[in-house]
Amino acid sequence: MKFGVVVFPGSNCDRDVVWVTQGLLNQPTRMIWHQETDISDIDVMVIPGGFSYGDYLRCGAIARFSPVMQATLEHAKQGKYVIGICNGFQVLTELGLLPGALVRNRDLHFICDRVPLTVVNPQTPWTTGYSANEVINLPIAHGEGCYYCDDNILAELETNNQVVFRYGSVPSPNVGAENINGSLNNIAGICNRQGNVLGMMPHPERASDPSLGQTDGMKLFKGLL
Amino acid sequence: MVKLGLIVTQKYYAQIYVTLRPSVLDPAGVAVRSGVQQMGYDNVEQVRIGKYIEVTLNANSEDEAKTQLDRICDLLLANPVIETYRFDLTTVSSEVQTS
Repeated sequence: MKFGVVVFPGSNCDRDVVWVTQGLLNQPTRMIWHQETDISDIDVMVIPGGFSYGDYLRCGAIARFSPVMQATLEHAKQGKYVIGICNGFQVLTELGLLPGALVRNRDLHFICDRVPLTVVNPQTPWTTGYSANEVINLPIAHGEGCYYCDDNILAELETNNQVVFRYGSVPSPNVGAENINGSLNNIAGICNRQGNVLGMMPHPERASDPSLGQTDGMKLFKGLL
Repeated sequence: MVKLGLIVTQKYYAQIYVTLRPSVLDPAGVAVRSGVQQMGYDNVEQVRIGKYIEVTLNANSEDEAKTQLDRICDLLLANPVIETYRFDLTTVSSEVQTS
């Protein structure tokens, strides 16, 4: 599997992803500048975390018009893998590859923490390494991670098992402290209908190297190989 | 591009207001409301925070300017999933444009 990691002005988790895919998993990996258009050599496109274009206007709003994202749109349409992490998730919703939007956290704080997540759908290509309703811990670091969509989209997401990760240690939507940023139905990550595009606010790449103390994110990358 | 003598573009000035859809919670607005209420204005029921954007553009007609602005707003300035927008458009006489 060849990984391509997009680099926008303001990306800051790009190298962390490269460290996992190339450094730990020995997979060929290429960093892709946002102006590039030829990504035909890539199997898995990674839209990393950070603050693309300074998060101006809305998170991900400007990044979606970059040349590399038009190429990523085509890449996804061909059924190839795309993952957006944190700011990458915001970019994918702005681009329309994933439904909904990420808005300000319920309590207005930027939250930098390690939180429990439940793997709601272990059937996606991304989550084969996890078991159903497995509770994992991943770091989060965002100010605009509160998932929002209209009632129809939400019902569709649930019906089609597109909710992949939920905040908290229970698989069903619940209110309370574990729904850390106020996301609808505790949504922390969703995939598209086909399952080849995944967006998630938590950072699996920051929980992959054993020397950092947590490895729950590694299964996500390993599951693809 | 060939410039025809008879086609004169007009400069337009758009004042664009982007606001959250009523169904979207605005925690920042709620926080500001509590500040307003602490000032003593218990009569303030709701505060919603949006964005105000000014755009100056050249177009062949008001219709063309509006069409272009709609597209710019739909795709970039507002996110239709969470926001709505409206704009006021005025013509700018070229003599006034000094800066």
